Amino acid sequence: MPAVSKGDGMRGLAVFISDIRNCKSKEAEIKRINKELANIRSKFKGDKALDGYSKKKYVCKLLFIFLLGHDIDFGHMEAVNLLSSNRYTEKQIGYLFISVLVNSNSELIRLINNAIKNDLASRNPTFMGLALHCIANVGSREMAEAFAGEIPKILVAGDTMDSVKQSAALCLLRLYRTSPDLVPMGDWTSRVVHLLNDQHLGVVTAATSLITTLAQKNPEEFKTSVSLAVSRLSRIVTSASTDLQDYTYYFVPAPWLSVKLLRLLQCYPPPEDPAVRGRLTECLETILNKAQEPPKSKKVQHSNAKNAVLFEAISLIIHHDSEPNLLVRACNQLGQFLQHRETNLRYLALESMCTLASSEFSHEAVKTHIETVINALKTERDVSVRQRAVDLLYAMCDRSNAQQIVAEMLNYLETADYSIREEIVLKVAILAEKYAVDYTWYVDTILNLIRIAGDYVSEEVWYRVIQIVINRDDVQGYAAKTVFEALQAPACHENLVKVGGYILGEFGNLIAGDPRSSPLIQFNLLHSKFHLCSVPTRALLLSTYIKFVNLFPEIKTTIQDVLRSDSQLKNADVELQQRAVEYLRLSTIASTDILATVLEEMPPFPERESSILAKLKKKKGPGTVTDLEEIKKERSSDMNGSAEPASVNASAVSTPSPSADLLGLGAAPLTNSAPPPSSSGSLLVDVFSDSASAVAPLAPGSDDNFASPDLASSEVVSEEPADTVHDADELFHKFVCKNNGVLFENQLLQIGLKSEFRQNLGRMFIFYGNKTSTQFLNFTPTVICSDDLQPSLNLQTKPVDPTVDGGAQVQQVVNIECVSDFMEAPILNIQFRYGGTFQNLSVKLPITLNKFFQPTEMSSQDFFQRWKQLSNPKQEVQNIFKAKHPMDAEITKAKIIGFGSALLEEVDPNPANFVGAGIIHTKTTQIGCLLRLEPNLQAQMYRLTLRTSKEAVSQRLCELLSEQF
Amino acid sequence: MQFMLLFSRQGKLRLQKWYVPLSDKEKKKITRELVQTVLARKPKMCSFLEWRDLKIVYKRYASLYFCCAIEDQDNELITLEIIHRYVELLDKYFGSVCELDIIFNFEKAYFILDEFLLGGEVQETSKKNVLKAIEQADLLQESQNEDWGATS
Repeated sequence: MPAVSKGDGMRGLAVFISDIRNCKSKEAEIKRINKELANIRSKFKGDKALDGYSKKKYVCKLLFIFLLGHDIDFGHMEAVNLLSSNRYTEKQIGYLFISVLVNSNSELIRLINNAIKNDLASRNPTFMGLALHCIANVGSREMAEAFAGEIPKILVAGDTMDSVKQSAALCLLRLYRTSPDLVPMGDWTSRVVHLLNDQHLGVVTAATSLITTLAQKNPEEFKTSVSLAVSRLSRIVTSASTDLQDYTYYFVPAPWLSVKLLRLLQCYPPPEDPAVRGRLTECLETILNKAQEPPKSKKVQHSNAKNAVLFEAISLIIHHDSEPNLLVRACNQLGQFLQHRETNLRYLALESMCTLASSEFSHEAVKTHIETVINALKTERDVSVRQRAVDLLYAMCDRSNAQQIVAEMLNYLETADYSIREEIVLKVAILAEKYAVDYTWYVDTILNLIRIAGDYVSEEVWYRVIQIVINRDDVQGYAAKTVFEALQAPACHENLVKVGGYILGEFGNLIAGDPRSSPLIQFNLLHSKFHLCSVPTRALLLSTYIKFVNLFPEIKTTIQDVLRSDSQLKNADVELQQRAVEYLRLSTIASTDILATVLEEMPPFPERESSILAKLKKKKGPGTVTDLEEIKKERSSDMNGSAEPASVNASAVSTPSPSADLLGLGAAPLTNSAPPPSSSGSLLVDVFSDSASAVAPLAPGSDDNFASPDLASSEVVSEEPADTVHDADELFHKFVCKNNGVLFENQLLQIGLKSEFRQNLGRMFIFYGNKTSTQFLNFTPTVICSDDLQPSLNLQTKPVDPTVDGGAQVQQVVNIECVSDFMEAPILNIQFRYGGTFQNLSVKLPITLNKFFQPTEMSSQDFFQRWKQLSNPKQEVQNIFKAKHPMDAEITKAKIIGFGSALLEEVDPNPANFVGAGIIHTKTTQIGCLLRLEPNLQAQMYRLTLRTSKEAVSQRLCELLSEQF
Repeated sequence: MQFMLLFSRQGKLRLQKWYVPLSDKEKKKITRELVQTVLARKPKMCSFLEWRDLKIVYKRYASLYFCCAIEDQDNELITLEIIHRYVELLDKYFGSVCELDIIFNFEKAYFILDEFLLGGEVQETSKKNVLKAIEQADLLQESQNEDWGATS
């Protein structure tokens, strides 16, 4: 057995691992594992108390099994027990198990936190280290809640050991990343900044990461770190290669720390203090100089570490974008790397130059490397490097080199990897449009794109060429001629047929004078492609034909014959059939004048941002493209203003799509048809999908519903003082998920509500409208809380004027404070005199517990962790009920949000289910609530589950929400 | 750094360290995808690749691939040297480390990594200091084992 046993050998573990390795098949492995699991389970359950060593061994075996990819559902308790062991080795295994597996089992979090607390307080640096590692590895919110206050103290305490400080700094960093709200800024922040001066380089290394992350979010607070970082960096770069002893790595002094310091400086603009600024410039120059020195070692580690610092320095130079001299030097350095024999360096140089190209100081310098980059595109063997070359060509493109770059990209496209073709197509299309001086070049380029990579030409690209041709009359004749020629090819891409069909339908007349492209020839050419095309393209061609009827009356009968043929008039596709029928009819009955009007040339499209750019941005993620574009825009005045930076919502900026419909007025004869099943239809859907949720009504009915006549007639207006409560429960329930609307209405009076809630407080405006022309006298509204309700809900109202004129409205304010959770609703009683009769009515005032909800966003993991924590049967209330309204997901979502909880997407593994979380705020306490709603469409039923820490709350929320669906 | 994976040429995962919260399902999916992607690459290819919105930095040592996922602004070359330093640490600790050492002493591989990287950031770059921490712990273990006598 080859087990290299260091420290304590756990022989049982080694034997087990050997066994697993000797398993010949997956089945054998599973069998062996199951045997082991059974064994461990029986040991854990056995009467005999296990000693610490055995516990450790078994926990370690479980861990091994888990890391092999098998599920582990026990052993957590034993691992937690190990945490409180006094033996380092047992504790260590316990912590490792917790670090790796705690996500899936969190009921023990309290016990774990306790053990951690003890170790942190132990003042034993090894134990403290283990505890801090565990917090940093788990990094959950619960841990942040428990320790985010404590760790800064450990970090800045004078007597903390260096190694503990290092762990504490990174531990805090992890907690800040997961729960920034729980890490309080305070006195400690200034002391943390001074760790940059610490004499222990390990402490500085750890602290710099923490400071960088904190500074990104709170730049003001950490501003002093700039000068400290500069002086630290300066000391490192000027030190001799041996000064820093073990922190020198292959003759490079403290490369990790240098990179981190340079990164920290990128959180800030260039230093204002000239002395600091001068010192930093010196540092950067030194780093650039060192790159020119002969290497101190041939080892790749030496050059990697050295160049890591160099690239980070260049990033900082680019970030500052203020020292032309440094920028140009950086560019030259990268230029050298472009031809380096190390692939990694070529890759990084291409990447880094991309950002340099956007600086006005270095743009020209970058351009000088164009030949090298083009060469890289042709010769690099690694696709990821070629990808970088494409990016760089795109970034360095301007009017002076656009023709060359576009030509090279088109060249490359012929052999490019499939994975990057679409992106290249988009880039070529954008560059061609942006830098077109001569639009014939643009048209040629796009047609080439379709010819070379038709499959990768998205709709945005061909829509765009049509828009441009329509908007620019100087290019229309050329475009018609070019597409006509391109269509001569025996096999041409369907996208070309679309562009060709559209353009000839509009501008075919411009080339019809040439006998080689007479109307009939144009028509026959297009029609020869017809049968090979998909339905949307055929639909488009039919529109071209009807346009031809207008453009070329001489071939009208030929076209009518085609339209009349069975394959058109009786086409199985309704869209095609309908077009054929309608176009045929139109061509038969309409006079020439009408035809000319209906089939007039398309009006110019409004100038908008190219949707291609939006698409590229979406593909590459925000940032990468935007920045370059914006800077470039400043440099180059746009010819047609069409390449403006996208507005924030990329998907909402869409080109008006020519779609499959050629007719400007085309909508008229086609109104009855269903939307064509073409992909252009889906584009429109996309555009609107963003706003769909905003449009979805919050409540099932609009406010008007409340005034429905049956309600008005069912209310009770009695002569006698009555205690009938207007139970109109349905109305009451409608307010559970909304705050404004009409609460009550009869012939005399309308009561409207407007309310707002925040944490445990709320304010409600009640509007009383006199619908008659007669005064109400002795008008007295009173808000009544029952004895049960009184201690839980504080309501304060101001009296209103006892006289309400005919047609007038008075307003009353109710201030609300939720003291503790409550079940009932307060009653609003209104008494007044109208025309000699006494009126008395009562309605429930919709102040419900859920109004004090604050939504809580959380990750799937957190959700399930909490969900499990609330597994006590008393904490859960479930209701299964029949749907009372159509089961529409969007409406349901809106209701859950209206209910007050956060709607958590992608938490429930079943996307049809809805999951929500929030906190009910009362004066005395806060109650965390989780909810899950599972619709069953087939049965038209819902199952609603509420889990909160308080039974009554679960009960009440479940009642309230069940009424909503 | 978002995570680090060690896997063999056969695609067997030997070590996984996650610095961002992910579900077990996501972790398995990511691992499968990345192991496939990296194993499919030819030698001599660049050590960096774009993957989702992350940058992958990987390097092969004998039969093992070391693979790190870093964020957009992170430095690729220094990450490559993080990998190398970790390999050096393992090598020094085990004495000419091989894949079997990491299989049979996986817990040690995790402990060493925790001393070197914490929360996805470099904690201590000095080889001496990292190994000192681990060896001190081992000493603690050994003295305790002696107390304990022979157990298996």
